[in-house]
Amino acid sequence: MATLLEEVDLLRKIPLFASVDPGKLKLLAFASDRQNYKDGQNLFKQGDVGDAAYAIIDGCAQVIIETPGGEVPVAELGSNEFIGEIAILCDVPRTATIRAKGDLQTLKIKKEHFVGLISQSPELGIEVMRELAARLSKTTAELSEARRELNNAK
Amino acid sequence: MERNLLKYVWVHSRRDQLWMLIIILLSMPTYFLSLELPKRLVNEPIQGIGFENPGDVAKFMRIEMPFGESITGSSVVLFNGIELERLGYLLALSITFLVLVVANGQFKLYINTYKGRMGERILRRLRFELFDRVLRYPMSRFRRTRPSEIASMIKDEVEPMGEFIGDAFTNPMLMAGQALVALLFIFLQHFWLGLATLVVVIFQAWLVPVLRRRLIELNKERQIVSRQFAGRLGEVVEGIQESHTNDTSNLERANIAEITGKLFLIRFELYQRKFTVKFINNFLIQFLAFFFYLVGGYMAIRGTLDIGQLIGVIVAYKDLPGPIKGLIDHDQKRNVVTVRYEQIVEQFTQDVLQDKELQAPPAEPVSRLSSGYEVSRLGVEDENGSQLIVNASTKIDLSERVAIVGTFGGGAAQFADVLSGILKPTSGRVLLDGKSIDSLPEYVTGRNIGYIYGSTYLPQASILDIMCYVLKNEPVRSLERNDQEQMHFDTFLQEARRAGVIEWDYAADWIDFERVGAKDSAEFSEQIFQVLEKVGLEGDVRALGLRGTLNPQEHPELCNALVDARNRFRGQLDSLGFSEFVEPFDPVKYNSQSSIGENLLFGTAIDPEFEPDNIASNTLVRSVLANDGLEENLFAMGKEVASTTIELFGDLNPDNPFFDQLSYMNPDDLPEYRAILTRIGNKPYDEVSDADQIAILKLPLAYTEDQNRLGLLDDNLKNKILEARSRLNTRLQELPEMPIAFYEPDSYNPAASVLDNVLLGRVSQSAAEGNERVSEAIQNLLEEMKLSDDIFRIGLNFNVGSGGKRLSETQRQKLHLARALLKKPDMLIVNQGMNSLGAREQKQIIETVLNESINYGDRKAGVVWVPVNPAFSEQFDRVIVFDNGEIVADGAPAELKKSSPVYQELIS
Repeated sequence: MATLLEEVDLLRKIPLFASVDPGKLKLLAFASDRQNYKDGQNLFKQGDVGDAAYAIIDGCAQVIIETPGGEVPVAELGSNEFIGEIAILCDVPRTATIRAKGDLQTLKIKKEHFVGLISQSPELGIEVMRELAARLSKTTAELSEARRELNNAK
Repeated sequence: MERNLLKYVWVHSRRDQLWMLIIILLSMPTYFLSLELPKRLVNEPIQGIGFENPGDVAKFMRIEMPFGESITGSSVVLFNGIELERLGYLLALSITFLVLVVANGQFKLYINTYKGRMGERILRRLRFELFDRVLRYPMSRFRRTRPSEIASMIKDEVEPMGEFIGDAFTNPMLMAGQALVALLFIFLQHFWLGLATLVVVIFQAWLVPVLRRRLIELNKERQIVSRQFAGRLGEVVEGIQESHTNDTSNLERANIAEITGKLFLIRFELYQRKFTVKFINNFLIQFLAFFFYLVGGYMAIRGTLDIGQLIGVIVAYKDLPGPIKGLIDHDQKRNVVTVRYEQIVEQFTQDVLQDKELQAPPAEPVSRLSSGYEVSRLGVEDENGSQLIVNASTKIDLSERVAIVGTFGGGAAQFADVLSGILKPTSGRVLLDGKSIDSLPEYVTGRNIGYIYGSTYLPQASILDIMCYVLKNEPVRSLERNDQEQMHFDTFLQEARRAGVIEWDYAADWIDFERVGAKDSAEFSEQIFQVLEKVGLEGDVRALGLRGTLNPQEHPELCNALVDARNRFRGQLDSLGFSEFVEPFDPVKYNSQSSIGENLLFGTAIDPEFEPDNIASNTLVRSVLANDGLEENLFAMGKEVASTTIELFGDLNPDNPFFDQLSYMNPDDLPEYRAILTRIGNKPYDEVSDADQIAILKLPLAYTEDQNRLGLLDDNLKNKILEARSRLNTRLQELPEMPIAFYEPDSYNPAASVLDNVLLGRVSQSAAEGNERVSEAIQNLLEEMKLSDDIFRIGLNFNVGSGGKRLSETQRQKLHLARALLKKPDMLIVNQGMNSLGAREQKQIIETVLNESINYGDRKAGVVWVPVNPAFSEQFDRVIVFDNGEIVADGAPAELKKSSPVYQELIS
């Protein structure tokens, strides 16, 4: 079983937390729960209310979108990835199902702890903003790409 | 009910009171003699009157016939007495005095015991009669009266009456008798002294009651305010959530402060007056003493009164204030208690009570209903006169399935209330079984109709008791008693007869399962299981069973089977894939999912001194820890834990969410620990104060490495803890009573739940859904081993807590339905009874009830259901639609859908 200090190291490897004060990170690690999943167990399901985000310590998680036609796996995430922060930041239902592929070890960070940490650590707030902005610009780029393709197809 | 307390007492204790009078009269001569004797003792043997010459003798016990001289002309001597010398005479008189004292005491003892018993009997009768009236109150009364006020009246307010009732007649007789004797005695000694005494006494008897008039009023006020106080207290406790959720706790505080303030003022005035009256009373009595010493002394000096007489007068006088005061006090008490009694009786006689006959037990077995309802021109009004139901006429046969729906306030719910007999018609008539429902005894409606109305109230009892309640109409099987118990019970019954209360044996078996077609208790258990299954509670009960505890002495076989299940479960851990996150308790292994304290104790505490939180200050545990330096290791670890925690949490507010995760320390204690660490510094362990040692040791004892992950626990320390565990075990075994139920792999732990007994280990918190998966696997295993029924039975014994609050609202409503079904009623009335269930579940339950539950094989029950959602009425054969108190449509739901606009509106 990993100790707190190892978990702090792990959290630091996640870009979002890279610049957070080590003391705060230790507190976050202390307050987080270890959650281990077996192959096929869900971390959460699409449409659930979000109450926590997860940092992957070891193993692989599948991102699955549920469509009327059935489940569609869209991505796989590995160590040091951070999952589920959107739903706890802006109270929207989970946008995808996350499922363990093989044994998966995570650190579960509860909503109130994550939000609490942001309010105390401006660096983290900026980092979250930067991350979201990057995603937004990526999505916007993809959107305009898709529009163009759509126009071309007409 | 008799409105005058004295009359009430007289009617119910005439013979006892007369007997008391006889005893009191018998006691009077002894009392008189005990006054007379001291005078003689002083005058004759001590002062030597009649012993002037040596050789004089006195006649002891010489008895003359009273008034003999006036009747026959000369004194008639009945017994000439024994001649005794001066010393012998002194001895004889002294011994007689002693005998009289003992006899007097005996009389007092007998009288006091006798009247005490008499008072308690009448008190019991009074309480029973009041309670009987509560049971026959009209329902409207309960809307006006707070339950705790009724409780306060029956329990507390009548209490002082018990004491008074015993004294009601005997006390004045006794006191007056004694006062008269004493007065007579003084008169006999000296006429003028007697007269003076009489005058003072009469003055006193007039003055004191006048002063006390206000006291009576104050007492009445006190009674009313006290009752309000009890009522408010009950209300606040019952609605405690309201005061939390509305931030009105300070309003309640102010309210209670106001009421207690009123009580204080009343009581303070009472004290003031009481002690003033006491002062005047005492003064008058002492004034007499002054008078006797001065005037009596003067007369003794002048020789008109001999010393013996004076002492006699003073002795008699010493006994006079007692009875006089007693009389005055008694009068006061009589006034207070009478007023109190009238107050209570007034409260209990305001309403027109239900006829006694309607609740009388049936003379013969109660038959089933032979026909259903006939309602003609029914009208119902509420207390304010507004019409709830107007001119409703219909017929509902037994075995019909009817839904009653209506617009909001349309009268559907009230109609169901009328059918159940709870709500009385204002006009028109309702026939059930061919008779007016008003005149049907409760044993007809109560045993043949199942009625539920959305109540979520349950008494504090086991689920089984709550289920069986509906079949306990009269004792059916008497309790088997051995000779001694039977004797005891017979006296108990005799006493009940004397007090005029019901003589039914509460301890007997009241459950009439034969009525519902069960041959024996096994069949009846099966029926209970079935109804709980039908309402969807069976799984809940089983889950409660898993959380229940068992006494191995009472259920040795089951406990053995559960230990067996434990071994099987342990064998399955690998195949279930649980071995990674389930860690069984093993006496020789450190359990990494438990705290250090739990690992040390290795069992469930029976004695609170041995709860994990308290062991840091437990001397026995400490002495075991001290043995090989483990205590110092733990202390060092505790310092580490404290400093890390302060480093982590030091600058946070105590209400920060991060503190949830801090399991071993209370956030408020952080500053204290900071101070302790500074105080300790690098002091050697021995020099640290005991309180600081305890505070620091608490931390590692509550520390679980796997959860808290500070990396402080190595194998060396684990081994030391394991050694300490076995030492502690040896020490505890030597105690006369074991404070801990150990985790022993081969025996059942009576302090742990059934589930924990099968698991006998810990589930890692880091396994996702670990607990759920484990409890499911254990349930499956128990089912496989055919232990489910036993677990179910344990669940049935689950105590639902005060008001049933240990169950959810849904569970409570389902339980109400289950027990209505258990009755196998001829008519089931559900008046919005399942309103806390989800829509789908309600629909499901209606379906189950209609299709399965009310078919008893030989007969079918009728159903009248007022569904929460009118759309559910489509499941019924017939629908009656209410609008504005009137029946506006009646027919099959498919028809009404076409023909009735109101119905269409309701179900859309």
